[in-house]
Amino acid sequence: MSNKSVFFNPFSKNNPVIVQILGICSVLAVTAKLEPALVMGLSVITVLAFSNVIISLIRNTIPTNIRIIVQLVVVAGLVVIVSQLLEAYAYDVSKQLSVFIGLIITNCILMGRLEAFAMANRPWPSFLDGVGNGIGYAIILVIVGFFRELLGSGTLLGFQVVPECAYEAGYVNNGLMILPPMALIVVACIIWVHRSYNKDLQE
Amino acid sequence: MENLNLFIRSIFIDNMIFAYFLGMCSFIAVSKNVKTAFGLGIAVTCMLTLTLPINWMLETYVLREGALVWLNPDFADVDLSFLSLIVFIAVIASLTQLVEMIVEKYVPALYASLGIFLPLIAVNCAILGGSLFMQQRGFENLGTAVCAGAGWGIGWLLAITAVAAVRERVAQYSNVPASLRGVGITFIITALMGIAFMSFLGIKI
Repeated sequence: MSNKSVFFNPFSKNNPVIVQILGICSVLAVTAKLEPALVMGLSVITVLAFSNVIISLIRNTIPTNIRIIVQLVVVAGLVVIVSQLLEAYAYDVSKQLSVFIGLIITNCILMGRLEAFAMANRPWPSFLDGVGNGIGYAIILVIVGFFRELLGSGTLLGFQVVPECAYEAGYVNNGLMILPPMALIVVACIIWVHRSYNKDLQE
Repeated sequence: MENLNLFIRSIFIDNMIFAYFLGMCSFIAVSKNVKTAFGLGIAVTCMLTLTLPINWMLETYVLREGALVWLNPDFADVDLSFLSLIVFIAVIASLTQLVEMIVEKYVPALYASLGIFLPLIAVNCAILGGSLFMQQRGFENLGTAVCAGAGWGIGWLLAITAVAAVRERVAQYSNVPASLRGVGITFIITALMGIAFMSFLGIKI
């Protein structure tokens, strides 16, 4: 596989969230607003890219029996760095994300990519694969966050988008969109649209 | 009494799947039939009931600020809580390895049907999530931790079994649009069940 397809495949054809069905938990939990969704996306891109590189560098020295523990320790170390950085420079967002920054460790995308790609490839392709999958994840996060914030609170990144006159004319924010179950339905709609265009993914 | 309340709350109101959406990856992938789903649910329940008290003890006697006082009064301002993520995941990963070996030895049929998902329990968000919630809420004693862990586990088991049962029927009898088949419809079923479970929210126990 060429470097280019390694980087671009995860955007749509092999998207980690809607095709590989990995890392769903955080997609549902942090997307009530757009801003935490963006921060979460960036954190995952960073952790994924660097853990891929590190594991790929030491892939030949890891004993197979304990590889999961080694991978988890590498990922946990990176996540601790990210969470400390967020607490230092973006305290409000890190409070909003609460346990979900810690839960990046158990984000299945990380383990999935480490097992499937970094354990068998050289560092540079692994880096591209990490960034590509991270972006693929972030795209879905942003789409879900966009619709939930727009329809649920009428704002985007905290700015009022739905005009005041719409509210006066009787428009009401859809409170259901803020609740977690609606995130599942939005993701299901994305999958529906995506699979109608990509017929070969249908079951 | 308080612990019993917490236990019931953890099953229905704070349900791991329907209220927090933790552990969704294996939830979606394994809920195709009831038997496997039930097996994984039991494994997750065991892991949560085991890891939560262990992590609670580590948190209370090692990691928290001033937790090391029992060792030496000079350690009163030692704060190791930045290490908690690594410690928790290490405990979970090693216990998973243990459970995996036990299941492989004594229940080979279950081992074969769970396949790759048994080692992946280590990265099941529900289990690390349980420990992180325990840390965030500052549980007071060991009993609370055990009850919450068992409650979350049983809640997860309940959720995956229920959704697996619905999925079995849907696959047999209903005419789902081709592009929604499989994963898509599972998301919608889970969402509808989540909305139903929200009716427990107002209940005070």
